[in-house]
Amino acid sequence: MKYDIILAGVGGQGVLSIAAIVGMAAVDAGLRLKQSEVHGMSQRGGEVQSHLRIADGRIFSDLIPAGTADMIVSMEPLEALRYLPSLAPDGVIVAERNPLVNFPNYPPLDDVLRALEVQPRATLVDGVGIAKALRAARSSNMVLLGAASTFLPLAAADLEAAIGKVFGRKGEAIVAQNVEAFRQGRLLTTTAQAG
Amino acid sequence: MEKFVPLGNEALAQGALDAGLSGIYAYPGTPSTEIMEYVQRSKEAAARGVHCQWSTNEKTALEAALGMSYAGKRAMACMKHVGLNVAADPFMNAAITGAHGGLIVAVADDPSMHSSQNEQDSRYYGRYAMVPTLEPADQQEAYDLPRYAFELSEKYAIPVMVRMTTRLSHSRADIVRRETVPENPLSIPANLRQFVLLPAVSRRNYAQLLEKQRDFEDEAERSFLNRYEDGPDTSLGIITCGIAYNYLMENYPDGCPYPVLKLGQYPVPTRLVTHLAEACEAILVLEEGAPLVEEMLRGYPVDSGRVHGRLDGTLPRAGELNPSLVANALGLEEREPVFAAPDLLVGRPPQLCDGCPHGDTYRALNEALEEYTKGRVFSDIGCYTLGALPPYNAINSCVDMGASITMAKGATDAGLTPAVAVIGDSTFSHSGMTGLLDAVNANAPVKVVIVDNQTTAMTGGQNSAATGQLEQIAVGLGVSRDHVRVITPLPRQHEVNVAVIREELDYEGVSVIIARRECIETAKRRRKSS
Repeated sequence: MKYDIILAGVGGQGVLSIAAIVGMAAVDAGLRLKQSEVHGMSQRGGEVQSHLRIADGRIFSDLIPAGTADMIVSMEPLEALRYLPSLAPDGVIVAERNPLVNFPNYPPLDDVLRALEVQPRATLVDGVGIAKALRAARSSNMVLLGAASTFLPLAAADLEAAIGKVFGRKGEAIVAQNVEAFRQGRLLTTTAQAG
Repeated sequence: MEKFVPLGNEALAQGALDAGLSGIYAYPGTPSTEIMEYVQRSKEAAARGVHCQWSTNEKTALEAALGMSYAGKRAMACMKHVGLNVAADPFMNAAITGAHGGLIVAVADDPSMHSSQNEQDSRYYGRYAMVPTLEPADQQEAYDLPRYAFELSEKYAIPVMVRMTTRLSHSRADIVRRETVPENPLSIPANLRQFVLLPAVSRRNYAQLLEKQRDFEDEAERSFLNRYEDGPDTSLGIITCGIAYNYLMENYPDGCPYPVLKLGQYPVPTRLVTHLAEACEAILVLEEGAPLVEEMLRGYPVDSGRVHGRLDGTLPRAGELNPSLVANALGLEEREPVFAAPDLLVGRPPQLCDGCPHGDTYRALNEALEEYTKGRVFSDIGCYTLGALPPYNAINSCVDMGASITMAKGATDAGLTPAVAVIGDSTFSHSGMTGLLDAVNANAPVKVVIVDNQTTAMTGGQNSAATGQLEQIAVGLGVSRDHVRVITPLPRQHEVNVAVIREELDYEGVSVIIARRECIETAKRRRKSS
């Protein structure tokens, strides 16, 4: 088994938290892991991505070869498009539908969303809206992770346990909020798949 | 046992701690910063009293590490590649003094310039100084390597360079830890003149260094980091350096059909390379960084045409490698991306955070400079370099740490007056103070704007060496007390700030304008933790 994920977003959106949770759940499940991160200048509101590779055997490259990623999870719709060339033919996209417009020439949002919707296996998620409704505005990344989780070769319970570990320092209330955001996100794709 | 999934930098740091490290010295710089930060967070390091304070710059860091080595203990200096330029003086000369306690100089290179102004390959420095240079291929090697490096350093009384690159520095993997080696006791060198580089001593030490070259190469022939892996198809032999090995093997999940020489220790082991060259028809060299090994193999002036790599276009001349570039170099059928990025895609440049004090400083500076011709603002390395981009378009240079003040001084010497230097507080303490003294001594009309956010922001908010001392330093260096001004970069202070800058632009000597407001990121973190 080998599963390669591109995690994308804008500096400050919590991309590395998603990576940390998936990574922890994978290692706790006895899988091998490689996960590259972006540090430095891009973290100042620029494009950031993490290559996350999990497998039951040895993983060589820290980077995912072009055209082979099993999944793109993106906290931002335009950023999801940026990594399309990384995606395998049967790859899945789970992307936030609310844009982060922090530069002047952001393309028309309708065009961005349409470019995603025409992809064969794309799910657009209103993570920002769901997190707000839960009064947990900062947890939209967990909504995305929840929506992505139905495709991952990891058990939901293991991912929830990893959320507990990663956010544990911040107290039980924060953990509970993030777990709830995760569950709401997961519901989106479980019902879609069932339907 | 708790699973350990460190970044490459963290693996190196834990490896050094487990190998009896007594002190780590560094100045922050992407992609090297996490080596020091890991030790600062480590409970074991704290319990042992391992020295782990930031240094003012890479030169002071390396010199302090050399001092700890002199005193018999195991020390590590860490920096990014351009930091080694700053530390080049102690680095080159530490090769002549040699080491006493084990000494590692860890340098993280940034091929593709993700967060740097160039992509120099530090292995050239290792070769230049003629010291053993080690390059891990993965996180496990990064962990295992300090133990070996310290032993090598003490066996031959020589500093050892460890070269990291961005992808390994900033990538996690699960690794296995080993038992901890105790720290060395305090001891001074047997020869009390070993470190006295008077010509007579230097000549003797240098002769010894030259003699040791054969030993260094013998060590490289036997090193666990260098490995010959045979393969049935000898039409090609492949040399990989550092993490390039991973990109090669990624393309051959069932094993590489060609003989492979995996290199991670230099000087280049001649016997291993000769073995590969004799066994194979052509040679492909895969290096993360510059074509150092490839150039050595090509020979000058006669090139046999057998060697392929970055110099003949088999691989791009610049930038980092990846599995696809390597597949292409091997003539493998490329997995053509099925999905293309749509035409509407645009880049998202990094930028100053909302509410960043630098934005307010640049708005005031731009307005104050409206009456002058453009192109007179020299700047430096830090978040504020983003002032070069819209909407500010406020600065005209960014070269190396401290160059804002000295370039502005040179420009005023040429007649471009007044000239402005915009420099961060941490960069000022790193390399700006000596340049300011030059400007004072020449009474040059240089307007030094120190954007003082009281931290080293770009690398994540490390302590800044001169916090709380900038006015004293400026006055101490001879700037007139009346022309050391402090402004608060806030929107409501805009008019006042413009007026202060205008006044100083009119003054015909050196001015220092300290624009002081805490970085909003560190302020946020401080509020959360209190």
